[in-house]
Amino acid sequence: MGMTMTQKILAAHAGLEKVEAGQLIEANLDLVLGNDITSPVAIKEMEKMKVDGVFDKDKIALVPDHFVPNKDIKSAEHCKCVREFAYRNEITNYFEVGEMGIEHALLPEKGLTVAGDVVIGADSHTCTYGALGAFSTGVGSTDMAAGMATGKAWFKVPSAIKFNIVGKPDKWISGKDVILHIIGMIGVDGALYKSMEFVGEGIKNLTMDDRFTIANMAIEAGGKNGIFPVDDLAIAYMKEHSKKPYTIYEADEDAVYDEEYTIDLSTLRPTIAFPHLPENTKTIDEITEDIKIDQVVIGSCTNGRIDDMRIAAEVLKGRHVAKGMRCIVIPATQAIYMQAMEEGLLKTFIEAGAVVSTPTCGPCLGGYMGILAAGERCVSTTNRNFVGRMGHVDSEIYLASPAVAAASAVTGKISCPCQLA
Amino acid sequence: MKAAKGTVFKYGDNVDTDVIIPARYLNSSDPAELATHCMEDIDKDFVNKVNKGDIIVATKNFGCGSSREHAPIAIKAAGVSCVIAETFARIFYRNAINIGLPIIECPEAAKGIDEGDTVEVNFDTGVITDVTKGTTYKGQAFPEFMQKIIAAEGLVNYINQK
Repeated sequence: MGMTMTQKILAAHAGLEKVEAGQLIEANLDLVLGNDITSPVAIKEMEKMKVDGVFDKDKIALVPDHFVPNKDIKSAEHCKCVREFAYRNEITNYFEVGEMGIEHALLPEKGLTVAGDVVIGADSHTCTYGALGAFSTGVGSTDMAAGMATGKAWFKVPSAIKFNIVGKPDKWISGKDVILHIIGMIGVDGALYKSMEFVGEGIKNLTMDDRFTIANMAIEAGGKNGIFPVDDLAIAYMKEHSKKPYTIYEADEDAVYDEEYTIDLSTLRPTIAFPHLPENTKTIDEITEDIKIDQVVIGSCTNGRIDDMRIAAEVLKGRHVAKGMRCIVIPATQAIYMQAMEEGLLKTFIEAGAVVSTPTCGPCLGGYMGILAAGERCVSTTNRNFVGRMGHVDSEIYLASPAVAAASAVTGKISCPCQLA
Repeated sequence: MKAAKGTVFKYGDNVDTDVIIPARYLNSSDPAELATHCMEDIDKDFVNKVNKGDIIVATKNFGCGSSREHAPIAIKAAGVSCVIAETFARIFYRNAINIGLPIIECPEAAKGIDEGDTVEVNFDTGVITDVTKGTTYKGQAFPEFMQKIIAAEGLVNYINQK
């Protein structure tokens, strides 16, 4: 019985020839990540442990991104706690405001995550780095603390679901439509405890940013991780961004999968997740009545990358957001912000009546920078549309691609670019 | 290992960590403060009604969403002695064990037990007794190392004791 990509990476990091689904292992970690919400709890836990500092100051990344620039005094205290810990332990990869970005866009961009790595992060969207062929998964603060102290974590080896990607997507179809389609098909617990392994000839038609978006939302199907094979595009990305050595792990021919699905990209349509679960998906063609929108957010660890900015700008160019619409654009990192500026995308956004924010997770989790009032509706390129996620419990979130979000900002109702005059 | 006994608060599928502890309160990491907002966006009265030892019962995928450890911390600090569900989201499962909040997967109990029932859980055997209805269920007993972590009130104490 062969191993999946995920199982091979885990076996190698546990010093084992072979692992199988259900086996409990202890694996060596290549990177431990935390943010301004989860790190303070981890730091407090680590201080209770009888350890002398962190296992490796180069293998820890601390990224204050959720409530920064500090939204209030309590958030400022949390950030101060993280900053002081970082300085005290001489953490190499601590990113202050001005150099920080949304963690899951920032780390690959900085070359800190590469193929073959095992990464844990005290943030559920840590699964993003699977786009590069790494095993990465979200954990809580105590696991983060133990990881920082020991450089190890225990895992139950996951079984897998295989998604065979074929075909080529139409214009305006992006990674967000692919992953929303999949979550709509298998449900928010469809991949519970499992790895989601994306393979097939259609992958070459997905940009790296598409793949980051898809791997990012594996957790929204309950997945332990999402992972892509490493092709020329992924290698080119790593060579551009990283000096770290990488290792390519391929699934065995006889690897075992619990389930297999084929996703034909050419048949996908713009897909929107209705309140209050990411699995409540409809294609744009299935929406028969006008759904009026008050706010649009384009950004987050799911869709704040340069492809997303370009798509949104292409839709907004020469157009204006609807009267009464608040359109908030958040490039995910300083580099993306700079690139968007140099390409003239920020000018397009501002001319269209959108606001452009410094990198922050703020509105995605109802922190700040775009909180919803009772009865308000938002089309958002973020990842969760749970009750109260972006504000009042009586507000509604519709998850969509940057293309749909930008078009909806223009019309004031859920729309796709193909419907614009 | 000790057992739990208390009155049941019953919820449905996919209770996410945003409703367990909304992010607007995550500028704090103080358990007592988090407990005052526990379950606020799904059950506003929960914090007024919950008594020490009470039990949460839910169906599928309890604790889905964010990795915030603040969620099991809030539940534990609110006095809840055990969460029983059909299934748990994986990060919540790890977090609950790591902070010493007993949780137990049992689809039959999750379906059969109702709001307000008095329920007793034996952690050693995994036996769940609905005292109100006079029914018993066999939940998944914890592996020994998880029992030890819970008995030590969390992973950190467990590591320190070793």
